[in-house]
Amino acid sequence: MKYDLVVIGGGPAGYVGAIRAAQLGKKVACVEKERAGGTCLNWGCIPTKSLLRNAELYLLLQKRAADFGFIFEHLSYDWAKIISRSRGVADRLAGGVEFLFKKNKVDYLRGEATIVSPGKVTYQTKEAKEEAVEASNILIATGAVSRDLPGLSTDGKRVLNSHDAMIIQERPKSLVIIGAGAIGIEFAYFFNAFGSAVTVVEMLPNALPVEDTEISVTLEKALAKQGIKILTNTKVVKAEAGEKGVRISVEGKKSETIEGDCVLVAIGVAPLLPNGVQPKLAKGFIDVNDRYETSIRGVFAAGDVIGPPWLAHVASWEAIQAVESIFTSHQPKRVKIFPGCTYCQPQVASVGLTERAAKEQGLKFKVGKFPFSANGKALAIGEPEGYVKLIIGEPHGEILGAHIIGPEATELIAELGLAMNLEATFEEIEATIHAHPTLSEAVHEATGAAFGLAIHI
Amino acid sequence: MPITIEMPKLSDTMTEGTLVKWIKRVGDTVAVGDILAEVETDKATMEMEAFDEGVLSEIYVKDGEKVQIGQKLALLLGKGEVPGSSMPSGTGARPAAEIAPAVVKQPPSNGEPKAPDAKGAPEQPKKEDQAIPPEPVEPQIADRVKASPLARKLAADSGVDLSRMQGSGPGGRIVRADVEAAAQAAKKSPAAAAAARPPAAPALEDKRIPLSGMRKTIASRLLESKTTIPHFYLQLEINAEPLANLRKEINDAAEAAGIGKITVNDFILKATAVAATRVPLANAAFEGESIIQYANVQLACAVAVEEGLVTPVIRAAQKKSLSQISAEIKDLATRARSKKLKPEEYQGGTITVSNLGGYGVEQFFAIVNPPQAVIVSAGAIVKKPVVNEAGQIVAGQRFVIGISCDHRVVDGAVGAHFLGELKKLLESPALMLI
Repeated sequence: MKYDLVVIGGGPAGYVGAIRAAQLGKKVACVEKERAGGTCLNWGCIPTKSLLRNAELYLLLQKRAADFGFIFEHLSYDWAKIISRSRGVADRLAGGVEFLFKKNKVDYLRGEATIVSPGKVTYQTKEAKEEAVEASNILIATGAVSRDLPGLSTDGKRVLNSHDAMIIQERPKSLVIIGAGAIGIEFAYFFNAFGSAVTVVEMLPNALPVEDTEISVTLEKALAKQGIKILTNTKVVKAEAGEKGVRISVEGKKSETIEGDCVLVAIGVAPLLPNGVQPKLAKGFIDVNDRYETSIRGVFAAGDVIGPPWLAHVASWEAIQAVESIFTSHQPKRVKIFPGCTYCQPQVASVGLTERAAKEQGLKFKVGKFPFSANGKALAIGEPEGYVKLIIGEPHGEILGAHIIGPEATELIAELGLAMNLEATFEEIEATIHAHPTLSEAVHEATGAAFGLAIHI
Repeated sequence: MPITIEMPKLSDTMTEGTLVKWIKRVGDTVAVGDILAEVETDKATMEMEAFDEGVLSEIYVKDGEKVQIGQKLALLLGKGEVPGSSMPSGTGARPAAEIAPAVVKQPPSNGEPKAPDAKGAPEQPKKEDQAIPPEPVEPQIADRVKASPLARKLAADSGVDLSRMQGSGPGGRIVRADVEAAAQAAKKSPAAAAAARPPAAPALEDKRIPLSGMRKTIASRLLESKTTIPHFYLQLEINAEPLANLRKEINDAAEAAGIGKITVNDFILKATAVAATRVPLANAAFEGESIIQYANVQLACAVAVEEGLVTPVIRAAQKKSLSQISAEIKDLATRARSKKLKPEEYQGGTITVSNLGGYGVEQFFAIVNPPQAVIVSAGAIVKKPVVNEAGQIVAGQRFVIGISCDHRVVDGAVGAHFLGELKKLLESPALMLI
C-alpha cells in the first residue's frame, strides 16, 4: 500500500494533519502507538481541565457558599469519582478522533512506528507483528514527554510527572511542585483546592515566567491567598524520595528542606523522536525549514517535536501549514501570534508581547488596563478578581500584546488574537459594540483606558 | 444562489494568475462554456470558461490585476436573483432590509410589484430597480481595497498608495509587512529620492520589473536544479558538413514540392530522440528511492518567449519522423510565443534540447531541467580550419554539442556514450531517416 502521506503520531498535530490531508483528497494513514488524541486529549489539556473544574466547584462551594446564600453541612467529595470523570472525558474525545479518522477515510494504524528510510515506515502491532507501509511523504508528529529532574526519576508514587498526577489514587496530604509553568500552577491549584499543602519551587523570578510580570505577580498573590506557597528565584539543590515521602532541599531567599508526601516534576518537556532514520536536531528538537521539512527530503515534522511553544493549538496549526504546503500551493507560515492559557482560578491568558518584551524591543507603546472589579458581569457572578491589560503600539494603535487575569480569561483572549491577526488597531475594538453585561466589556474598556476613554474607571 | 467565480488552478505550478482581460462585462448574460476572461498563468494565457449560466453581476478585479488561486473574480447571479448590497452606485437609497438578497422574495418579472408580504417585507424599491436581469450598466470594478486597519494607517503616514498594491495576507489582504516593504522600496528608489531633493539633471532611472508568473517559476525551478542536482558537463565537436549537405538536398526537394523546410534544430531533435532510445539511461529521472527510466522519449525543446522560456514537449518523439518532428515543433513554438500552449503541452518532458546556435553562440551548457537527467546544448555551425584525414588543414564546418547531466542518474561513461551516439547520428544524418 502506498500512501500520499503517513503521519506518525495521532495527537493534535498528527490527527489534524492527517484529516486535513484527507480533506485534500489524499490517501493518508496515521500510525499511533497508544491512543488517538495524543497527550492533549489523553494526558494533558482535556483531562486536567476536567479536574480543574472539580477544584473550582469545590472551592466555590466550600469557601464561598455562604456568599451565595447556600448552606451546607458535611460537604465532601469522592476522589475516585473525580479521577474517573476526568478519564471518562478523555475516553470520549479519543473515541471522537477515531470516528473522525473513519469519516475522513484516514487509515488508523495501531503500533509503534519506525522510519526505515524516506518513503518507508514500519510499525510493530500489539501482536508484535511488523507491518510496512510506503509513503510519498511522512509527517512526524510524535510530540514530547515530561522531562525528569536529573537524578530523580519518576516512579509514579512519590516522584510524579503530570501523567501520574492526574490519575493519582490517593490525594497527597502535602506536595512539592518543581516548576511554576502552566502545568505546575494548574496542579498546585487543583491539589490545594482539595486541601493538600502545596509548595511550588520556581527557579525564575516569577510564577508563569513567560507571562507579563505584572500578571505573574497578581497571580502569585491570588494563589498565596488561597494557601499555596510559591518560592520564586529558588533552585532545587537536592531531591530525595523515600518510602514515606520526599525531601527537597532548595536554595533561594533562604535555604531550606521541604518535606512532602510527593513531588511533582513540571520542568518542561523533551521530544519523543520516532525510531529509525534520524533527522537533524536543533536545540534537542527536530530541525525543520520554512516548509516544515526536516533534513531528510520528504520527511516533515510539526507539533511539540519541533520545539516550543509546546501547545496543542500551535501543534494543530503547524500540522495544517505543513500538510497544505506539501499538497497545495499554500505558502506555509511559522507560528507568530498564538494565545497561551493557564486554567487555575483566576485564569491567565495572553497573546503577543509582554510589557517587558515591548520595552526590550524598544517599541513605543501605551498600556490600557481595566479591572474586573469595575465590570458589572464580573460582580454579578462574584468574580471581581483580575484585570485586562493591553499593550498598544504608538502611534498607530496596533495591539502588541494582550494579557488577561480573571474570570474566563482563556475565553476572552480569542477576541484579541483575532484583532492581532487582522492587524486591528485599538480604534476597531473601541468602535465595536460589546454586549452588556459581559466580561468582554472589560476588553473594550481596556482599549479605551489606554487613551483616557474608559467610561467606568 | 449567486455563484462566486474564483481564480482556477490552471497548471501544476500556478499559485497566482493575471486577469488579462474580461471578455464579459457586468450585466452580460453568460451561458455555460462562454469565455469569461483571459487569464495568464506562469506558463501561458488561457481562456476561462463559465461552468454555470446566469448574469454577470459583479467583477472584483480589474484587467491586468494579479490574483491568487481561489480569490474571487466575479459574481454570477441566476435568473431572477437580485444582486446583493453592492449594487452599482446610484441606488444608495435602497432599504437596509435588502442587504440579505437570498431572503427577499422578488415578484415575478412582469415588473408589476406585488403588495409586500405581511411580515414587514422591505419597502419596495423604485420600479426600475426590479427589472430582471439588471440593466446593463458600465462595468463596475470593485474599488474596495482589502487592507488591514494597521496597514491603512501606516500607508496614510508613509504616503504609500494601497490601491496599486498586492497584499500578502489572507485572501490577498494588504498587511503591515506589505506597506512597510513598499515604503522601504519607495525610499530606496531614485524616484522618491529625486522628489525629496531639489531637481538635479535628469537621471537615468533604474527599472523595477515585477516578477511574472513565468519568471517566478523559472527562478525557483532553476535554483532548485542548480543547487540540488549534481551537474556535470560533456561536449563534442561535430562535423556539420554531412548534415548541411543532406539538409540542402531535402530542402531543395521540399521547396520544389512546396512543403516545409527542415532546420538544423529539427535534425538535432530527431538525433536526440534516437540517441535517447539507444542509451535509455539518459532518458531517465531521479526519484529519491529509485531511478525511473522512461519508456517513451518525451522530447522537450526550449523556446524563448517574451517573458522567459517554455519547453513544449514532442510526445513519443522516438516514434516520429524527421518531418513530423519538424512540423510539430514549429506549431508548438508558434503557440508558445503567443502563450497559447495548454499545460499538458509543456509538462512531462523526459529530456530537453536547448539550441542557441541561432544567436551565434558557439558553445554553452544548459541547466538540467528537473526532474529530467539530461539536457542537450547545441551551438552554432561555424566555418573553421580543420585537419582532414590526409593531415591537411582545410576549411571545415563544425558545431559543438554539449550535454549537462544529473550525476545521480547518469555517470560520465553513460553520458559519453549518449553524446557519442548523438555525434554518430549527426555526422551520418541519413541514419536518422531510416
